[in-house]
Amino acid sequence: MQEELKAIQQEALVKVEEVNDLKELQAIKVAYLGKKGSLTQVLRGMGKLTPEERPVIGEVANQVREAITSAIDTKNTILENAALEEKLQKEAIDVTLPGRPVKVGGPHLLTKVIEEIEDLFIGMGYEVREGPEVETDYFNFEALNLPKDHPARDMQDSFYITNELLLRTHTSPVQARTMQEYNGEKGFKMICPGRVYRRDTDDATHSHQFTQIEGLYVDKDVKMSDLKGVLNVFAKKMFGEDRKIRLRPSFFPFTEPSVEMDISCKVCDGHGCSVCKGTGWIEILGAGMVHPNVLEMGGYDPKVYSGFAFGMGPERIAMLKYGVNDIRQFYLNDQRFLKQFHQA
Amino acid sequence: MLVSLNWLKNYVDIDGISPEELAEKVTKSGIEVDNVEYIAQQSNNVVIGYVETCEKHPNADKLNLCQVNVGEETLQIICGAPNIRAGQKVAVAKPGAVLPGNFKIKKAKLRGVESNGMICSLQELGFNEKHIPKEFTEGIYVFPEDAPIGESVDTLLNANDAVLEFDLTPNRADALSMLGVAYEVGALLDKSINLPSEEVNVSSEKAADYISVKVEDESLNPYYGAFVIKDVEIKSSPLWMQNYLLAAGIRPINNVVDITNYVLLEYGQPLHAFDYDRLGSKEIVVRSAKQDEKIVTLDDVERTLTPENLLITNGKDPIALAGVMGGADSEVTGETKNILLEAAFFNSISIRKTVKATGLRSEASTRYEKGIDPNRVKRAGLRACHLLEQYAGGKVLDGVVEFDKLDRTEKTVEINTNTINSRLGTEISTDEIAKILDRLSFNYEREGESFTVFAPTRRQDITIFEDMLEEVARIYGYDNLPFTLPTGASTAGGLTKRQSLRRSVKNYLEGVGLMETRTYSLTSDTFIKKLVSPEILTLNPEPISLAMPMSEEHKYLRLSVLPELLKTVSYNLARNQSNISLYEIGSIFITDEKELTKQPDEQLRLSGVLTGKWLEHLWQQESKKVDFYVVKGIVEGLFEHLELPLTVKQTKLADMHPGRTAAILLNGKEIGFIGQLHPALEKEMDLKETYVFDINMEAVLDTHNHVPSYTQIPRYPSVTRDIAFILVNEVNAGDVKTTIEEVGAPLVKQVQVFDLYKGENLPEGKKSVAYSLLYQDPEKTLVDEEVESSYQKVIEAVNEKHGAYVRA
Repeated sequence: MQEELKAIQQEALVKVEEVNDLKELQAIKVAYLGKKGSLTQVLRGMGKLTPEERPVIGEVANQVREAITSAIDTKNTILENAALEEKLQKEAIDVTLPGRPVKVGGPHLLTKVIEEIEDLFIGMGYEVREGPEVETDYFNFEALNLPKDHPARDMQDSFYITNELLLRTHTSPVQARTMQEYNGEKGFKMICPGRVYRRDTDDATHSHQFTQIEGLYVDKDVKMSDLKGVLNVFAKKMFGEDRKIRLRPSFFPFTEPSVEMDISCKVCDGHGCSVCKGTGWIEILGAGMVHPNVLEMGGYDPKVYSGFAFGMGPERIAMLKYGVNDIRQFYLNDQRFLKQFHQA
Repeated sequence: MLVSLNWLKNYVDIDGISPEELAEKVTKSGIEVDNVEYIAQQSNNVVIGYVETCEKHPNADKLNLCQVNVGEETLQIICGAPNIRAGQKVAVAKPGAVLPGNFKIKKAKLRGVESNGMICSLQELGFNEKHIPKEFTEGIYVFPEDAPIGESVDTLLNANDAVLEFDLTPNRADALSMLGVAYEVGALLDKSINLPSEEVNVSSEKAADYISVKVEDESLNPYYGAFVIKDVEIKSSPLWMQNYLLAAGIRPINNVVDITNYVLLEYGQPLHAFDYDRLGSKEIVVRSAKQDEKIVTLDDVERTLTPENLLITNGKDPIALAGVMGGADSEVTGETKNILLEAAFFNSISIRKTVKATGLRSEASTRYEKGIDPNRVKRAGLRACHLLEQYAGGKVLDGVVEFDKLDRTEKTVEINTNTINSRLGTEISTDEIAKILDRLSFNYEREGESFTVFAPTRRQDITIFEDMLEEVARIYGYDNLPFTLPTGASTAGGLTKRQSLRRSVKNYLEGVGLMETRTYSLTSDTFIKKLVSPEILTLNPEPISLAMPMSEEHKYLRLSVLPELLKTVSYNLARNQSNISLYEIGSIFITDEKELTKQPDEQLRLSGVLTGKWLEHLWQQESKKVDFYVVKGIVEGLFEHLELPLTVKQTKLADMHPGRTAAILLNGKEIGFIGQLHPALEKEMDLKETYVFDINMEAVLDTHNHVPSYTQIPRYPSVTRDIAFILVNEVNAGDVKTTIEEVGAPLVKQVQVFDLYKGENLPEGKKSVAYSLLYQDPEKTLVDEEVESSYQKVIEAVNEKHGAYVRA
C-alpha cells in the first residue's frame, strides 16, 4: 500500500508539473484529492490494515497528500499569475492618445495684475477699499484740493452726468472717503483699485475706461523717504529684484511734494533703447506726500499727521510687463487674447 | 515750451554741458524734457555768397546762370530756384560741401554749362520747414543785405542750435519764459543769471499827453500800462531774433510784432502793440463786454461777446479782446508809424472764460491763464521799448501811463532745518539749505536753523511750507533721499469678507471653464434697455445718460452687463472663435430719477454668456452643444459652492426665449435669470444659439454666511430606491422633486433625477421621469419596513398632487 501511495504521489506530481491550465489543475486536484479521487480511494482501504500498519501508512498518506496539495497550490499561484499577466497584456492601451479634456477658464489679465498688486500691499498691511464709480464733484475734485475753478478739472476731461455728478476720473475719491470715515482719529493704510473714466478717444494708448490702483498711508511722522522705500519694495516685487527706481519731481494738486516714479528699463537694463525712448527709464506711477489741504478736508490735522499717496494704471503695468501694445485689447476680450494669460 | 539753447545762453552760462545732459538734469528736477531737437547739422563749405549777375541759362528756360561772389573767388553756378535774383545774398554750397542725406557737391555741367556749386534752400541745408521763414519755404533763402560775404552760414542761421521741448506741469508757469527757464537752469547748475537790458533814451515828449488809461473793474485788470513809441520803421526784425522766434515755434512777421512776441517769450509777459493812429481816440478804457457786443479780431473773424469777456476799448468801441487777441481795426501794418504798447495784468479766470467761449487759445492767453509774474509786467514793457528803439528806430515817450492796483508782494514761507529733515527723512544741514535757497535765487532771512523765505513772484506756485519742502528736496536731489520703511503702528490689512468671497466666486467660475472679461460700463441707445433683469425692471430704472457723450456707442450707464458681453461674443464669432464661455463681474447703475440729484445705486452683477460647443467631438467623446442645463449646472454649482439655496422658476422676459428662461430666486426673492436669448435678438446681433445668466452679486455676497463646521459622518448604511413616474408634460420635474423631498423627510436625504423619457410606449403628452431616492437614518440602521412605508407615502403624495403614477 505504501508503494501504491508513493506511485500516486509520483504520478500526481508529474501531472501537476505538466499542466498549464487552471481548469486542468483543478481537475487534477479533484482526480487525486477529491472525494472520489485516487488518493481517497486508496485511503479507503486503510480499514483492512493491521493496527500496527495503520499509523505508519497514515503518516505516509498524509505526507503524500501534503506533497500533492503543496504542488497544486504552487502551480496554482504560478498559473494564476500567468493568467493575470496575460489579461493585463490584453488590457494595454495607447497611452499617447490625448486625455479627456478638462474645461478651464481663467482671469482677465487686468484682474491678474490688480490682484498681484493687492496681495503685495496686503502683505505690507494695507486694506483694500472700493467706492462708487459715479462720484460727486466734491469727492472727485474738491476734497482732493481741486476747487471749482482749477484748470486741471476741465469739463472736457471728465464725463459729467449733472453739474454735481460725474464718472470718477480716478480712484482718489475713495481715499477722501476713507479719510472721512476714519475722521482723523488714527493712522491707516489702504489701496483702492477700480474702474475710472476719462474723455479720451479710444486708440492704441488711450481708453475712455480704464483701471487705477491708488494707495494712501496716513500716520504720524510719515516721511518722504518712507514713500521712496515703499515704492522701491513695490517696484522690485512687481518688476524684478534687479530693477532700480528713480523719483522725479512732478505736480498733482493733491500731493506736495509730488513725484513721478520711473523704473530702470528691463529691455536695455538702463542703457537706453527704443522701449524707453533712449532714456533708460520707464515711467510707472505718480505719487507724493499728501497735500495739507487734503488731510485737513479729510479730518486730519496736518500738523500732527502726514502721509503719502500713490496711483498707478494696471493697464500700463500690464502693457509693460507682458508686452501688450494696444490698450484696446483689454476691453475687446478676444478669447485668443484672454487665453494667453490663463496659465499660472 | 520750446527752449532754444542759443537763446538761453544770453541769460545763463551753459557752456560745457551737452543739450542731452541738460535735458536729463532738467527732467530729473521736475520739468520733463520730451525732446531734444537740433535745428540743422553743421554744414562745412556752405558760405554766404553775393549774386553778382543772374541770367537765363542759354539752353534751359527754367535755369539761371549766376556769378556768385563767395569772398576769395567768384563761382559760376546754375540755379533753378524761382526767386533767385542778382544782388541777393544767398547760401552757397561750394564744391566739397556735404549736405544732409550725404549729398556731395561737385563741379558739374548742366546742359552744357559748367556749374561750380549750389545755391541752397534751407530745406536743402537740413532745416525743418517749421524753422524756415514763410517767404523762403518755396525757394532759396535770402540773407539780409548786411550779411558778411564768405562767412559760414551756420551762425547767421542759428544752425547749431538745439531746442529742448519742456512738458510743463500746470504749477510751473514760471518756466513759460526764457528768464524763468534761466532761473531754473541756473539753480540746477549753480550759475548766476544775466538780466537783459531795459534801458531807453528819455524823450522830451510825455506819453501822458498822448493817452489816458481807465480800468472799470480792478479785480479783472489790476494793472494796465500804456507806452507810446513814435516814428517806428516797420521792417524785418534782426536775423538773430527771427531765428530765436523760429526755434521757439513762432513765425517772424515784422520788427514790431516780432519784438512783442520776443518779449512775451523772454519775460513770459504778453504784450500788445496797437497802431496808435488807428485807435480812434486818445484813451484806453478796459471794461466788460456788453451782451452781444461784437469785435473783429486780428484773424478777421467777427466775434459776438458776453459780459464774461473783458475788452480793451477806445472809450467807445472795442479794440482788443483783453489778453486773448487784438482787434483788426488797430492792427500794426506796414504803414504804422506810432505805436501804443500795452503791458497788462489780467485776471486768469476771466481770461480762461473768454478762451473757452471763443475757442481762441494763444501764447498770450495761455500765460494769463496760468498766472504771470506781477513784478515783470512793467519791466517787459520797458524791455520791448528798448528793443523798439534799437530795431525799429522808435522814439520812446517819457513815462508809462498806467492804472496800478497790482499786488506785488512776495509770499513768505517759514521753514526750518528740523521740519525739512523730519518730513523728507534726510539730514540736510542748515548751511546746505541756505545754499539751495541761494541757488534758487530766493531771498530769505535766516535765524539759527529757521528761515523766512520770500518766494519770488515769478514762482506763483510757492505759497506754503510743503511747496518749499519740494523746492529744497528737488534741488537737493530726489536721488539723494534715503530708502526707509514706515515705522508707524503695524496694521493687519487684507481683503474684506465680500472681497475674498468675490475672488472665490471668480475662482469657481474659472475652474468650471469660464473666462473673465472686462467690458465698458457705457453703452448705447440700442442696448440700454436690453436684457435688464426682471427684479431690476420692477425698480422702474431710468437710463442715466452723460451730459456730453463722446459717441452714441458710449452714452448711457449700463443697466445690464449682458449687452456689452454679447458684443464681445459677436466680436469673437466674427473671428472664428465659435465656442465661447465668458463672464464678467461689473456694476450696473440704477436710479428712478429722471434728473439725477444723487448718486445712483451701483449694483455688482455676475453675468455670463455661453455659446457653441460645450464639449468638443474627440476620439473618446461626442460633442455637446451648450444648452440651458449646462448653464444652469454652472449656476447650481456656484450656489452649492457658496452653500446658498437656489430655486428657479419659469419666467418670460423681453429678448429671451419664451420657453427657455428661468428666474433665479434666493430665499424667495428674485435675483436674476438664466436662459436662451430670443432667436430674434440672436439674429440681430449675429449670434448663434446663445445662453446667458445674470445674477445680483450683491444679494449673493450679502446672503452668504456659511461657516463650514463638522457634522458626524453617518455611521449607518444608506439605502437607495429608484422610482419612475409617468407625468403629463406640463408638470415640472422640479415640483415633483420638491414633493418627494417634503413627504420623504426626514429619512429621504437626497433626490436626484436620473432619467427623462418621452416617446414609444408612453401615451402622447406624457413623460417618464425617474428619481433616485437616498434614505438614511443617522441614529440607526434602517429597516425595510420604514423605507417601504416612506416610499409608499411618496408615491401616494406624488399621485395626489401631480396626477402621476408609477411606471411599471
